[in-house]
Amino acid sequence: MRDPGLQPERTRLAWRRTALALTVIMVLTVRLALTGPPAGAGAGETLGALVAGAAVLGWGAALTVCWRRATGAGPAPGYGRSLPLVALATVGFALLGTLLAARGLG
Amino acid sequence: MWQVIRRWFDPRELRSVGTTPDYRFSLANERTFLAWLRTGLALVAGGLATAQFLPPLPLAHLREVIAVALLLLGGAVAVRAVDHWARTERAIRLGEELPASRFPAVLALAVGLGALLLVAAVLVRAVGGP
Repeated sequence: MRDPGLQPERTRLAWRRTALALTVIMVLTVRLALTGPPAGAGAGETLGALVAGAAVLGWGAALTVCWRRATGAGPAPGYGRSLPLVALATVGFALLGTLLAARGLG
Repeated sequence: MWQVIRRWFDPRELRSVGTTPDYRFSLANERTFLAWLRTGLALVAGGLATAQFLPPLPLAHLREVIAVALLLLGGAVAVRAVDHWARTERAIRLGEELPASRFPAVLALAVGLGALLLVAAVLVRAVGGP
């Protein structure tokens, strides 16, 4: 089929941009988790370490999904569960961020 | 509600509806989803940046409130992106009208109002001075 719009390539690039955005989010989450509340808050430090670990794991999983879909995007339909999974990762980062931001309220 | 969420994660269910469209339409729908997802990610990044780079504001906890609002808005944009993608894909497969949505207008108004409030806060601070 003639495809002057280069649809598969544009879709692959869109997935790569999304992976890049997810990486920025992961770095910001880890930084917020580890530089968190003022010193002396023992429970806060444990929470920060846990959240940082979860952020790195979630980022790895989301990037795997992005990568697999970016290399597979083509004429054959096959998005599988990629779309809801990356959305789930976004919601996860939003909740981790809320948890970290709420530390400042205590 | 769980039924709907389960269907997002089950691609067979979506493929059993109607006929397989020209793949270019599916890819365009997928890219629209990704553009919305990045909008959500940008809001989440704004919330994370607010929480760690904004100095504490004169009003108690205002910084944390702004951060949490941006984070939750970003999460909501991501959830809505999946829902809209699934409904659009369904409509394309069935040859129906694409789903209409008020969400972009609501989001634009919310972001615009938030920006206006912050502009007002900055001006009050600049004029009043500490």
